[in-house]
Amino acid sequence: MSEKVVFYQGNEACAEGALYAGCNFFAGYPITPSTEVAEFLARRLPKQGGAFIQMEDEIAAMAAVIGASLTGAKSITATSGPGMSLKLENLGFACITEVPCVIVNVMRGGPSTGLPTGPSQSDVMQARWGTHGDHPAIALAPDSVQEIFTETVRAFNLAERLRTPVILLTDEIIGHMREKFTIPAEGEIEIWDRPRPTVPPEEYKPYDISEGIIPPMADFGSGYRFHVTGLNHDETGFPTNIPSLVEPEERRLMAKITENLDIIEKYEYMEKKGSKVGVISFGSSARSTRSAIAMAGEGGTSVDFLRLITLWPFPSHVVNEMADKLDLIIVPEMNLGQMIEEVERSAEGKTEVIGVNRVDGEPITPDQILEKIREVS
Amino acid sequence: MAFDYAQYMRPGKLPHIWCPGCAHGIVMKSIIRAIDREQLDKDNTVLVSGIGCASRMPGYVDFNTLHTTHGRALGFATGVKMAKPSMDVIVVSGDGDALAIGGNHFIHSCRRNINITLIVFNNNIYGMTGGQFSPTTPHGKLASTTPYGNPDYAFDVVDLAIGAGASYVARGTAYHSVPLTRLIADGIAHRGFSVIDALCTCPTTYGRRNKLGSATDMLLWFKGNTVGKKIVDKKPEKAEGKIVTGVFRQDEKPEYCDEYAKIIEKVSD
Repeated sequence: MSEKVVFYQGNEACAEGALYAGCNFFAGYPITPSTEVAEFLARRLPKQGGAFIQMEDEIAAMAAVIGASLTGAKSITATSGPGMSLKLENLGFACITEVPCVIVNVMRGGPSTGLPTGPSQSDVMQARWGTHGDHPAIALAPDSVQEIFTETVRAFNLAERLRTPVILLTDEIIGHMREKFTIPAEGEIEIWDRPRPTVPPEEYKPYDISEGIIPPMADFGSGYRFHVTGLNHDETGFPTNIPSLVEPEERRLMAKITENLDIIEKYEYMEKKGSKVGVISFGSSARSTRSAIAMAGEGGTSVDFLRLITLWPFPSHVVNEMADKLDLIIVPEMNLGQMIEEVERSAEGKTEVIGVNRVDGEPITPDQILEKIREVS
Repeated sequence: MAFDYAQYMRPGKLPHIWCPGCAHGIVMKSIIRAIDREQLDKDNTVLVSGIGCASRMPGYVDFNTLHTTHGRALGFATGVKMAKPSMDVIVVSGDGDALAIGGNHFIHSCRRNINITLIVFNNNIYGMTGGQFSPTTPHGKLASTTPYGNPDYAFDVVDLAIGAGASYVARGTAYHSVPLTRLIADGIAHRGFSVIDALCTCPTTYGRRNKLGSATDMLLWFKGNTVGKKIVDKKPEKAEGKIVTGVFRQDEKPEYCDEYAKIIEKVSD
């Protein structure tokens, strides 16, 4: 397929990105403001021989996505806050069993039913810590329709390469906003598949790390019969509670992320000469930040901007370097202060950190951020 | 010649976790024999389970096996089946797993009529956690969380499955292991969602508390307290005070993956 310019909603761009990445399975449950992802894939997947299924609830949808992935499918589900809360149970299962899959959370206000049609960024900490137990987390937070597409593709690539679930955190604004964007030509973005075994079935161990930290993964039905369990397991995949086997595996799950930061971390740092103030933001709040910084610049105030595209793992080292230079870091986010906790931790007290927060279902405006910049400059 | 179970077992995975006298092993053997009767290809067969005593079964047998979260086995199994409809998918579950925490998945799998075979190891109790009452614990019976008798009423698995739309519904017991094998095999052969209510026993956490005698006594109880569906069809009065076993429904009904394949054929580019 050659390059194509379209006018799409963010949720549709997400679905298109999934298809570009080779997605052939969707399971979900209707929920505002994410439903368009499901509707798009309900139309498109069967046209190319894939499968779409609307399950009886969010829990079953997450389960089906993992089951499908175990057969070798590239699978995705899409939801919003209340649904995400339900998916967390099986998200943990995907973490410990190392089954690649993508979970889209189009954030809306909460807690509980909250503001179904209002934007929010209040699931930042849920994305990191929502499911119980120590577990790795990758969350990507695009800020435009184009970037929703490319980050969805990247979410699949990371899920496959690292054998882990990946969360795409968007919000009601960019999910429903329409923008012109380009679907790249086939082959323009590299597509990755999970590592598959090269040994014969009788020698296969599903968590064998002799070749590297990511164990090769066989498909169900390919002649490699193996066991998958949510219990702690050894390299053969069978349950174990032997301390000397449990802890290394727990640590390896985390190390998959920390040893692959080069492919996971992604951010834009727009540094200005002589600036003493910086803003750290993501998603739709980053759009307002961009305008605010431009307006400040027109008024003669230079402001640094760190836009996070990968939220988790959090790029502490970048924030720490910013803190060395700046007197103040402003953190606008549509919640009552979640990412700011990470910023403060990373800044190690070297600079002042203040938030711009909004949880009334309206976006943070450039003026709100600009006002904060002016207060301190 | 004796049936060779070892060909379907994973070497080195026994002993199992089940208590002495537990009937789950009998149901496992029936499932293995049923799979053998249907000549399923080991590479092409997936056994999926949730959490609980019964759900440990897939770990012992040599297929593609998936031990999932509590109550969710049918969700995982549905994903496997939809993504690879050519695979034979069997779900094993306990009564708490299938009908309490997994109740929603149970009824919707019945409704969807997806070609999956569900065997409910129905021993009327949560065994693994030490004997709490389940959705099939009879009214009045004792459990660790109903120390004064169970105020709840039990689900009838067969009625529930029929009401929800399953196209093959049967009930057998661990005492009648040969007929149980046949009921499971027919369920596997059936194209659609099959439910087999496999009545079994938990002497340790249910039998002792309710003074039901030894493990053997509990199995023998099935002998005296069940009656075949074919007999009841002719003489309904025979069902009085008994548990009816046999095939309750076996309907031809469009299967979910077949229906979806038609959609793919109709709309594909």
